[in-house]
Amino acid sequence: MTILAFTAVVAIVSFVAGLLGSLTGLGGGVVLVPLLTIFFHVDIRYAIGASLVSVIATSSGAAAAYVKEGFSNIRIGMFLEIATTVGALLGAFLATRIPTSALAIIFGAMLLYSAFLSRKPRPLDQRNLPPDALATRLRLNGNFPDLEGQRSYNVQHVPAGFGLMFGAGALSGLLGIGSGAVKVVAMDQAMRIPFKVSTTTSNFMIGVTAAASAGVYLSRGYVDPGLAMPVMLGVLAGSLLGSRILVKAETKSLRLVFSLVILVLGLQMLYQGFWGKI
Amino acid sequence: MPAASAPAPHPLPPQRQRWDDHRIEVILGNLLRTGVLISAAIVLWGACIYLFRHAHEPADYRIFRGEPSEFRTIPGVIQSVINGRGRGWIQLGLLLLIATPIARVAFSIVGFAMERDRMYVAFTLIVLAILLYSLLGSGLGM
Repeated sequence: MTILAFTAVVAIVSFVAGLLGSLTGLGGGVVLVPLLTIFFHVDIRYAIGASLVSVIATSSGAAAAYVKEGFSNIRIGMFLEIATTVGALLGAFLATRIPTSALAIIFGAMLLYSAFLSRKPRPLDQRNLPPDALATRLRLNGNFPDLEGQRSYNVQHVPAGFGLMFGAGALSGLLGIGSGAVKVVAMDQAMRIPFKVSTTTSNFMIGVTAAASAGVYLSRGYVDPGLAMPVMLGVLAGSLLGSRILVKAETKSLRLVFSLVILVLGLQMLYQGFWGKI
Repeated sequence: MPAASAPAPHPLPPQRQRWDDHRIEVILGNLLRTGVLISAAIVLWGACIYLFRHAHEPADYRIFRGEPSEFRTIPGVIQSVINGRGRGWIQLGLLLLIATPIARVAFSIVGFAMERDRMYVAFTLIVLAILLYSLLGSGLGM
């Protein structure tokens, strides 16, 4: 394939991944690495480098739209970013040391888990939880606009959430993904943060987490300009378009289709990793 | 009896503080979007030069070689841009993209300082130190 054809096809695929990732809320980065490695035969290290860059673009590009709604909590975000950035640095250093087949297997497992999570209904927000001493001292509790006016919430299980966030950061640095799925689980299920707050705060954190490992990737020569260019521009355009039409589109069946795609790609990654094809 | 069960102090920070948080966030959100759009424009400009010169060469990413130093260090990228290379421009745009969330963290320090929240100024400094270590300590600055 010539560079022109390759760039055009990768840009289109990235655009679709960004659009679907944004519409379904599952993120586009998670399908990009398997698509690039399985169908375009790109070395997984180049694919991870390009994907990581696109994750920063999506997160930062969507931030302005999210903050206007007033749901995100910058204190929760900043506090947990200590865990995610340390994790991301560790993940990025690990990625340069472990064999690519192991990367493919971890990636496949992560995809299967994401597909499983996306089919599981989210737990209902629990209201009127008692204030937790540590969360109060860290000023993590907050409120956000609701149908009935301002609704307040009390954050729970801070150490568990912090630990899970370290893991989410390590996965992000290792695989070049936003790992929004793990972040939202940590905030929803461990810390009991209301859904709207956790989703928007997680978006904010994804960009900072990815930036922590991007420096390592770039300096190790994993970010190829010829590959990262169509991926970043495509994903950014797709996700910006997706966030505009988000409210109107019927996302339920779309989510089902996208989670099936994630499942198939996950099985493929596991297969290729175990048989040493990656 | 009723005097003994007085309501516990409200755990929430006062309304005014939340509003200030929100205003800081709106400013930071716009900063991020502007950073992304500028870096996307630089990447696009680099893409035009790169594709104009190399469109018909074969694309091959099967074998990992690692990038040459002109595409993986900050001085290398700047030199490459001065030499008018398309891929140098793309890397410059990507460096700027990585810098936008870092700038957001740096500006948050100002926001927390204005609210006189020392604990969060300290947390934000820790995050900034980790990010700067990643960007400069990993050999990118050499």
